[in-house]
Amino acid sequence: MSDIIAPELKIIDPKMTAHNVNVFYGEKQAIKNVSIDVGTDLVTAFIGPSGCGKSTFLRSLNRMNDTVAGARVEGEIKLEGEDIYAPSMDVVQLRARVGMVFQKPNPFPKSIYDNVGYGPRIHGLAPSKADMDVIVERALTRAGLWDEVKDRLGESGTALSGGQQQRLCIARAIAVDPEVILMDEPCSALDPIATAKIEELIHDLRGKFAIVIVTHNMQQAARVSQRTAFFHLGTLVEYDKTTDIFTNPKQERTKDYITGRYG
Amino acid sequence: MAIVNDHTVKAFDDDLNRLRGLISEMGGRAEQALLQAMTALNNGDLELAAQVVDGDKKIDALEAKVEQLAVQTIALRAPMADDLREMIAALKIVSVVERIGDYAKNIAKRVAQMEQARSISAAPLLNSMSSIVVELVHDALDSFAARDAELAVSVTVRDKAVDDFYNSIFRTLVTFMMENPRYITESAHLLFIAKNLERMGDHATNIAEMVFYVVTGERMEERQRGKTPEDAQPAAKE
Repeated sequence: MSDIIAPELKIIDPKMTAHNVNVFYGEKQAIKNVSIDVGTDLVTAFIGPSGCGKSTFLRSLNRMNDTVAGARVEGEIKLEGEDIYAPSMDVVQLRARVGMVFQKPNPFPKSIYDNVGYGPRIHGLAPSKADMDVIVERALTRAGLWDEVKDRLGESGTALSGGQQQRLCIARAIAVDPEVILMDEPCSALDPIATAKIEELIHDLRGKFAIVIVTHNMQQAARVSQRTAFFHLGTLVEYDKTTDIFTNPKQERTKDYITGRYG
Repeated sequence: MAIVNDHTVKAFDDDLNRLRGLISEMGGRAEQALLQAMTALNNGDLELAAQVVDGDKKIDALEAKVEQLAVQTIALRAPMADDLREMIAALKIVSVVERIGDYAKNIAKRVAQMEQARSISAAPLLNSMSSIVVELVHDALDSFAARDAELAVSVTVRDKAVDDFYNSIFRTLVTFMMENPRYITESAHLLFIAKNLERMGDHATNIAEMVFYVVTGERMEERQRGKTPEDAQPAAKE
């Protein structure tokens, strides 16, 4: 049952490092002693069956678990060497640096422009309207949405299609220029075309942000990521190059899961 | 590694089993073709030789069937890890088995030309050589069916004996041809048969290497190959 991280898998220049992390919901332990480094220029995928702890672990990377009653995180998680659970850490600042995109697109019931501008405004990144215009255009362009919405920035974000809404949420996340983007099953509510657009976007954003994606779709993990971590029953079973995980996994449990023999 | 059929989607197991069944049928036919070709050669049995030539069509048809099923399984089931390696190996193995069938057919076609060849001294050596080759082909396919990496390695090791036989037959025949120019045609046919058998041995090792990859996920280390007359010319100088 030992956790395995392939010895050759040394993440040079990690953006985030987690060391011996345990997460509890009340009495129940959801994450057991997980240590993992997330590369700066890589897309890292977390895969595993429902309830394996992958989303819990993802959410502990920007302290989203703080909002869950009874949740407790032990161990050490660092962003650029800084302990994100240190008392001195400003959680609002942290979440600007480590953005998040959720399963269901959740645009604010505001205009497209305001959805993207909200973050920069509260973080004081745009002193003038002109600055804000630049930030909004840049974020929407990066999210691959600009051409589709540039003529209707005043319309409500909720009027967009599901795929567009999700790209709007990604634009909102990147508008504050984060260092890391966490994605929790960002495509599970989207059709295949919208999914392909998000995957293409992830590909484009690689290198600009460290990206961590939780997905139930193993093909998606294989398509978008360079590193894959397999979680099972709260432990990190295997963490390796994505190509190795999908062609030659070292752990029996990983193999059983990805070949569809699990359970 | 035992073969476990325990995919959550049982239809996937059914596909895999069908694929394995077809490959094993194809291998059995190729093995049989070689045995029959050698028997036909020894007995001058033209009818049996014709059967081998005709039976090759069935082997070719099986190859097409396996290819189709493997491509379909890759497309529909998106196999991963050892399942993926098995698909790739299946595709490569059937093309190798098809080649083995072709060589057997080629031997069978020569039977008609061989009226007097059976008196040539190298002929019995060919039988010893072919029985090793049959064993290698058999064991290579067994190693695939049983996911037996150890057996696969032993196939590649034993292929050295086939190479040695080829060298020896080559030398014997060259000498024989010099001394008996009247038998050059028959001797040349025997030489080609020896070469065919040598290639079949190589193809058995190709299968073995694929099996090793399926089982372990690693490539088999380059084996020490025996030298054949093509590499050096010890025989030509005699």
